[in-house]
Amino acid sequence: MSNGTSQDPPKGAGGTWRPMIARMLAGLRPASARPGGHGSGLLRIFRKRKTFPHGIYPVEHKEWTADKPIRRLPFAPVLVLPLAQHRGAPSQPLVQVGQEVVRGEPIARAAGFVSVPMHAPATGVIQAIDLAPTPEGPKTMAIYLKVYQADPQQVLFDTGHDIDSMTNEEVVAAVQEAGLVGLGGAAFPSHVKLMPPKDAVIDTVIVNGCECEPYLTCDHRVMLEQTDALLRGIRLIMRITGAKRAIIGVEDNKLNAVDQIRAKLPANLPITAEAVESKYPQGAEKMLIKSLLGKEVPVGGLPAHVGVAVFNVGTLAQIGDLLPKGRGLIERVVTVSGPAVANPGNFMVPIGTPVRFLLNHVGIKPTLGQVILGGAMMGMSVSSIDVPVTKGVSGIVALERDEDDPARRQVYPCIKCGECLKACPINLNPSMLGELAQAREYGLMAQGYNLDQCFECGSCAYVCPSNIPLTQYFRIAKSINRERKN
Amino acid sequence: MVKGIEIRTSPHLKRALNVQQIMRSVVYAMLPICAFAIWQFGLSAALLLATTTGAAVATEAWFSRLRGAGNTVADWSAVITGILLGLTLPPGFPLWMAAVAAFVGIGLGKALFGGLGYNVMNPALIGRAFVQAAFPVAITTWTPAFAPSRFVELIPTTLTAPFMRPESVTDWIAGLGVDSWTGATPLAMQKFQHIETPAWDTFAGLVSGSAGETSALLILVCGLWLAWRGCLDWRIPASVLAGAALTALPFWLVDPGLYPSPWFVLCSGGLMLAAWFMASDMVASPVTPWGAIIYGVFIGALTVIIRLFGGLVEGVMYAILLGNAAGPLISAWTQPRVYGAVKKARAKS
Repeated sequence: MSNGTSQDPPKGAGGTWRPMIARMLAGLRPASARPGGHGSGLLRIFRKRKTFPHGIYPVEHKEWTADKPIRRLPFAPVLVLPLAQHRGAPSQPLVQVGQEVVRGEPIARAAGFVSVPMHAPATGVIQAIDLAPTPEGPKTMAIYLKVYQADPQQVLFDTGHDIDSMTNEEVVAAVQEAGLVGLGGAAFPSHVKLMPPKDAVIDTVIVNGCECEPYLTCDHRVMLEQTDALLRGIRLIMRITGAKRAIIGVEDNKLNAVDQIRAKLPANLPITAEAVESKYPQGAEKMLIKSLLGKEVPVGGLPAHVGVAVFNVGTLAQIGDLLPKGRGLIERVVTVSGPAVANPGNFMVPIGTPVRFLLNHVGIKPTLGQVILGGAMMGMSVSSIDVPVTKGVSGIVALERDEDDPARRQVYPCIKCGECLKACPINLNPSMLGELAQAREYGLMAQGYNLDQCFECGSCAYVCPSNIPLTQYFRIAKSINRERKN
Repeated sequence: MVKGIEIRTSPHLKRALNVQQIMRSVVYAMLPICAFAIWQFGLSAALLLATTTGAAVATEAWFSRLRGAGNTVADWSAVITGILLGLTLPPGFPLWMAAVAAFVGIGLGKALFGGLGYNVMNPALIGRAFVQAAFPVAITTWTPAFAPSRFVELIPTTLTAPFMRPESVTDWIAGLGVDSWTGATPLAMQKFQHIETPAWDTFAGLVSGSAGETSALLILVCGLWLAWRGCLDWRIPASVLAGAALTALPFWLVDPGLYPSPWFVLCSGGLMLAAWFMASDMVASPVTPWGAIIYGVFIGALTVIIRLFGGLVEGVMYAILLGNAAGPLISAWTQPRVYGAVKKARAKS
C-alpha cells in the first residue's frame, strides 16, 4: 500500500495548478459549499456517509500538524500541578514542601470515588504547595515541582499488573490509581464511566477518534502512533463493561488512521473502525452515538441508557499503555497550533508544563491575539499564559489579532434567518433562546425551550450572521438558573 | 509579545457570512430584475425605482438619527425594501405617491417596531398596502410594456404634482400606437374576460403589470441564485408556489374555461416576485423549518383563493401580510424536536 493513497490530500498547499483552480472555483460556489459555510444539503445527498443531522463545517487547518509525529518536549524548570485538574473532588497532597519525588511517584491521592490521584511528572523536589492561576479564572491550590534537569528522568514506579488475571473491580481500582481522566477535554475520571448505573447494560463501546475541533490533531497522531496501546485499552474496556462489540469512530479527514487501525485489528474480536463525516461537533458523544448507531441518548439520560459507553482514543491508549505497567498518568499528547504559532506540532507534554514554556518552544508570532486551551470552538481563552497544561488540555491554539475579528464586528439584531436552527446538533431553537435571553426570561428558556440540553458546542454563534454571542448568552442563562435553584 | 492577549468566550471561530453580506446579496439578486423593468417600461420605471429606494433610505436614515443608535442604513435592508417596493408598483405610478409608500413602509412597517429584525410584517408590502388603500385608481393604472417611446418620454402620470390627482393615461396610450392594448394585465383579463395570456408571454415577461413582476423566468433565476448563495430559505418560495399551484389545480380541472391553469397562476401577477423576494423575508417569516413550509403553503393557497373568489385581481400582497401576521404562531407550533426527546416536550404557555 503506498502511503500516498491513505494520506489526506494536503489542503491549500500551493505550487500546483489544482489548488489554484480550486481557489478560483471557491469564489463562485455558494456560501453553503465553501469551507466555513453551512452545508445546506443538496450536494451532500449523493455522498452517503455516517453522520448526524445539522452541525457546521469550520475551516480545520489540521494539515498544519496532521503529519507531524509526536515529539517529546523538554522539561520545564518548574511544573505546576493543580489539585483540581479533573472533574470531581480535588486530590489531596501526599507530599510536603522540600520533599524529593521520583518521576511517576504518587504525589496526591484521590479524595473519594469521583476523584483521581496525581503522580510526579518528573524527578525533582516539591518547591511549594500554593495557589496557581487556572484557565477558569480563580486561583486554586497546586503543587509546584522543581525539576532536576540533570536527572535521567526514568520512571521508577513500575508496579506492573498482570491485567489478564485481575478481576473487574481490581481493574477499575487500577484505572483510578493511574489517575486516568477523559483526555478528550472533559477530564472526567475514567473509572467512574466503567461503573455504569445499575439500570443500564453496556453492549457497545464507542471509541471516539473524531477529533472534530479545528486545528487539533493529537488524537489523530495517537491513533497512528499508539495503535497497539489503543487496541489493548479497547480490549480491556470491553472486558470490564461486558460489551459485545466496540466501534472506533473516526472522521473521514483521518482515513489513514482508519486504515492503520483496520490493519491491526484482531480478527477474533468484534472491534470495527468506521469513518464518519468530518463535521463539527461529530466528536460530541451524543452526536457520535447518533452517527454510528442511529440512537439518541434520552433527555436527562446517559449513554449507558442506550447501552453505550464512549471513550476518547487518547484515554484508551493511555489505559492500554499504563495499566499493564502499573504506572500513573504523567504526560499527554498536546497539539500546539494556530495562525500565531511559528512551528506548530504535536508534543508529548509532561502534565504541569506552563503554557508559556510550550509557546516559547514552538515560537509565537508578534501578531498573537489570543491563546486558547483546548479547541478553537469549545476551548477556553486564557488571560495568563502562566497557566499549566493539565490532564484535560488536548491542544493549545494561538490565534492572531485579526482586523476582521468577531469581537470587533458589529452585532446586529436577530434577523430570523434560521441558520442557527440548521446548525444546532441537538435541534434547539437558538434564535428564540437568544431573544428570550435578551429579555432575561431565563426560566422560560429552560422550561419551554430545552436550554439544559445545550452543551455549548458554539455552532449557533459560529454561523450567526448577526454576530450574536448566543453561546455566551446560554452559559449565562444556565448559571443564573443554577443559582436560582439553589 | 504576550502582553496584549485577549480573553473571549468560545466559540473562537466565526463564519464569514454576516448580515450586511446577506442583504447585499439580495440587492444583487434584484438588480437584473430592475434592469429588465427599465428595459420594459423605460424611464418611468427607472425614476420609480430610484424614488422608492431613495425615499426608503432617507426614511431609514432619519429614523435611525431620531433613535440616536448609529446609522442603520449601512445594513442595506432599507435598500432592499425600497427596490422591492418599486418593483411591486405600476410603472407609471406617481413618484410622490411612491415616496409616501416608501416612507410608510420604512416608518410604520419597520422603524416603529424597532428597526431591522423586529418588524412583524414585510415593510415593502406595508408601504404598498397603504398606497393601495389611499390611491386605488393610481395603483391599478397600467401602461403597455415596450412602448416605443419609453426611453424618450415619461408616462404622463409619473410626474404628477404632490397631492394632485394623476391625469388619465387613456389618450396617451392611444397615441402610442401599441396594438391590442386592452388596458388590463393578464391577471385582470383572465379574471374578468376569462382570456388566458399565452404561457410563454407571462413566463418570459412580455406582458404588462407592475414594474418588476412581469418576468417569472428572470425572477426564478435570480431567486435560485440567492437560494444557492445560502441567503434565502428555499423552503418558502418552494412551498408558496406549490401551495398556489395545488390550490388552483382542482378548480382548473373542473372548469378550465373559467378558472386559470396552475401554470398561469404561477407565472402571472406578482406571485413569483412575492414568493422569492417577499414571502422569504427572513425577519417576517417563521424561523423553524416546518414553520416555513406551513407559512409558504398558507400564502400560496390564500393568494389563489383571493384571486379566484375575492374582489381583488391580485391577492398575493394581502396573503403575505396575513402570513406574516400568523408567522409567530406558526413558529410556536413548530418548535423543533430536541435530540433525545422521549415524549413531546412543548412550551407550556
